[in-house]
Amino acid sequence: MSKKQHYKITVNGKEEEFLAEPRELLIYTLRERLNITGPHIGCETSHCGACTVTIDGKSVKSCTMFVAQADGKKITTIEGIGGPDNLHPLQTAFKEHHGLQCGYCTPGMITRAKKLLEENPNPTEAEIRFGMAGNICRCTGYQNIVKSIQAAAAEMNAAKEAAE
Amino acid sequence: MKDEVTSREERIENLKGMGCSRKRVEDARFTQGKGNYVDDIKLDGMLFGDFVRSPYAHAKIVNIDTSAALEVPGVLAVLTAKDLEPLGLHWMPTLAGDRQMVLADGKVLFQGQEVAFVVAVDRYAAADGIEAVEVEYEELEVLVDPFKAMKSDVVLRPDTVAEDGSPAAGAHGPRKHHNHIFTWEAGDKGPTFETIDNAEVVAEETMYYHRTHPCPLETCGCVASMDKVNGKLTLWGTFQAPHAIRTVVSLISGIEEHNIRVISPDIGGGFGNKVGAYPGYVCSVVASIVTGKPVKWIEDRMDNLMTTAFARDYHMTGRVSATREGKITGLHCHVTADHGGFDACADPTKFPAGFMNICTGSYDIPTAFLQVDGVYTNKAPGGVSYRCSFRVTEAVYFIERMIEVLAIELNMDAAELRRINFIKKEQFPYKAALGWEYDSGDYHTAWDKALKTVDYEGLRAEQAQRVEDFKAGKTRSLMGIGLSFFTEIVGAGPVKNCDILGLGMFDSCEIRIHPTGSAIARLGTISQGQGHATTFAQILASEIGLPADSITIEEGDTDTAPYGLGTYGSRSTPVAGAATAMAGRKIRAKAQMIAAYLLEVHDNDVEFDVDRFVVKGAPEKFKTMKEIAFAAYNQAIPGIEPGLEAVSYYDPPNMTYPFGAYICVMDIDVDTGLPEIRRFYALDDCGTRINPMIIEGQVHGGLTEALAVALGQEIAYDDMGNVKTGTLMDFFLPTAWEVPNYETDYTVTPSPHHPIGAKGVGESPHVGGVPCFSNAIQDAFRPFGNRHTNMPHDHWRIWKTANELGLHD
Ligand code: FES
Ligand code: FES
Repeated sequence: MSKKQHYKITVNGKEEEFLAEPRELLIYTLRERLNITGPHIGCETSHCGACTVTIDGKSVKSCTMFVAQADGKKITTIEGIGGPDNLHPLQTAFKEHHGLQCGYCTPGMITRAKKLLEENPNPTEAEIRFGMAGNICRCTGYQNIVKSIQAAAAEMNAAKEAAE
Repeated sequence: MKDEVTSREERIENLKGMGCSRKRVEDARFTQGKGNYVDDIKLDGMLFGDFVRSPYAHAKIVNIDTSAALEVPGVLAVLTAKDLEPLGLHWMPTLAGDRQMVLADGKVLFQGQEVAFVVAVDRYAAADGIEAVEVEYEELEVLVDPFKAMKSDVVLRPDTVAEDGSPAAGAHGPRKHHNHIFTWEAGDKGPTFETIDNAEVVAEETMYYHRTHPCPLETCGCVASMDKVNGKLTLWGTFQAPHAIRTVVSLISGIEEHNIRVISPDIGGGFGNKVGAYPGYVCSVVASIVTGKPVKWIEDRMDNLMTTAFARDYHMTGRVSATREGKITGLHCHVTADHGGFDACADPTKFPAGFMNICTGSYDIPTAFLQVDGVYTNKAPGGVSYRCSFRVTEAVYFIERMIEVLAIELNMDAAELRRINFIKKEQFPYKAALGWEYDSGDYHTAWDKALKTVDYEGLRAEQAQRVEDFKAGKTRSLMGIGLSFFTEIVGAGPVKNCDILGLGMFDSCEIRIHPTGSAIARLGTISQGQGHATTFAQILASEIGLPADSITIEEGDTDTAPYGLGTYGSRSTPVAGAATAMAGRKIRAKAQMIAAYLLEVHDNDVEFDVDRFVVKGAPEKFKTMKEIAFAAYNQAIPGIEPGLEAVSYYDPPNMTYPFGAYICVMDIDVDTGLPEIRRFYALDDCGTRINPMIIEGQVHGGLTEALAVALGQEIAYDDMGNVKTGTLMDFFLPTAWEVPNYETDYTVTPSPHHPIGAKGVGESPHVGGVPCFSNAIQDAFRPFGNRHTNMPHDHWRIWKTANELGLHD
């Protein structure tokens, strides 16, 4: 056990302050300390992507980061992407195109896909497959995940065009 | 009446019943991060438990010193076998009739075995406590090879030796050796051997179906909470069979079953991993009783891969005989099954090798004989059905490889060899040589459709050209055409021959219709991603004429759900789906009487039509199911009890036999060993189709797991019994980058004995997919003399095959 330190992070727009051991992994800070249970744990070795969040504009596997490294950062989880009253097009598309089964990978998938579409609003299928390769799904075989992301991209681009 | 304007078609559409691609009701919570998986559960004062695990595969435990661990801040207790022994809980029964140590009792039998259970305020404190437990081991000789184990003097399990030193009988009969678990046989040995010995052509092959693991994205875990005030134990966990877990917990703990409530919350994939009972469950319960606090145990990925529920590990030898024209006359299969340190296979009691006796496949084979020998080794226990019905994956791989080898022996096209040996449509119900009665099938139609769709002849011509080009030095890439035609056996099963720990493998459904025409149905199964809340509501919608959107499906809470044996082996649709339909029909029968009363006609003068009962010959006179539901609660109807509820416990008369035809086209780079899947066509016949969207999703997922197993996924051990593939770095899980797009197709041959004709589909693509991928690789090398190479076909092994065939010279 090491001495507890003071940390301040912003999660989904809300500032959180607490004392924690520096060795605490960010995924546990989120899930156990802050009760944000959308991000999941599939490996704790940064292979599966179930724990994916966005930190200062980058996709991060939150099992790879100590809470100390996240100090002062802005974090977005699936809970900050959309809820019952403001579903994100990706959330709708995953349902519409059967992009999930057990749902365990889904928060990480959608969080990563959102970032991917920000980086590249018009990805090819290969770019989607490559860009999502850090997120493992054991149920769907990915085909419908790819379809869901393509559909959301089309929807988001159409909305953007309409707004312009 | 109010909805007269609606056409019949619209009324059908409004129900969202069977056959439509209804969107899933589960998805709203999952896409918003609001699923409720076991690790999301948080209770007041909850503690965390975790294991000290053995670094050795076989060792004597000399001493365990927990004193330093108890000094670690946050650690409350450390349990060892000594603490569990007075409660009789240091060992537990396995589903296979064997016993398994909960915590190491004097020795360990596999790497990662549970030695002590540290209970602390959180995961970090538990991890610190684990570091501080001192265990003194004395290493023993390690047996990782079942063939060597069967000859070794080393006794792995002292309880396998009788007092006179001879091997003691096991749960499935006499042992041949102290490390032998059972011999299981099916079919006729004499006639089979005679047929093979006198045959015109015999093909022989030895193959190893390697050890692997279901590895769902969520690992196993539980939360146990003993309420000492009212004496009730609540156990949340990743259970594919919550009722069976309740019964097991009651039997081993002595707590009465009504005082135990088992809850399976959302489950992050199962694939067979979450059927068994694990030491973590027992230790959490004991720890909760000891501390008076809720205790959570969640395994990490290494624990998961190393200890809970391996799959496969079958060494198979086959002989198949045929006439020169290719008509198969006999089949012999012998299996040496590596079960690890404890026999913890999750099979129905009477089937220690599961349904391996489906290994005659889709073919009309007059005589066959199967023998399976189970063996103990220093590996993890398990032997679960990884996305398949009990050992069916092994059986189908065996026969689909034997067919390919026979085709080579006969110098025949493997597609044609399959066709001339298929069981014919008119032979169903078909009694197979190894005992099963196949319910229905139309194999020729499916096969012809598949071959035509992919232009099989064109592919073979292209492949021949490629071989020419390769020989001429124009290309370094070969082309493989993988074929597989599988018959699954699912839906366990008839209580007369299927039980687990004495519990018959029926399943159940209970329906309550609410006065305003909506409903709740509860089942004995539990979804792990299959979408039961969506599809079971569709079955009911079609049966009782209320919209699927008005029907809530609930599973997984033993206090509310009717008793059932859970979800695995593609049994939910065949068994619980049938129970759902039957319970729906009971509702409909009562509704008919109410309708007749309301319409002032005789019961027999009304008939069901989509969502209502109409007076025969006068369709303008009707009562909708919604109206009938209300009447059931607000009218005194002579001779009929108020309310509208039904329960059905369904004992299936037979198993169901889904089948399918898969074809894979691959290009293989001879110099890198890299396979590229160019095309994968999957035709499935799962009988009546409830939700095509979900079926397609199941096929995609099952094929991807098949790809994984065929092309690289493996639990490998070194000679010391060290697990070499204990993390996702070494254990292959395909990503979106490695996985192709699949083409799906279907035929429909309903099951004649199932109330709605459905057969189950979740596992077919895995069962049929593994041989298809493997056959594609092997087919590419067939022109160069390849007969058989073992899976997993990772790049290195493919390169090695090419090298051994001289293709790099
Ligand atoms: S839990 Fe973080 S990548 Fe798997
Ligand atoms: S939906 Fe189950 S892991 Fe992706």
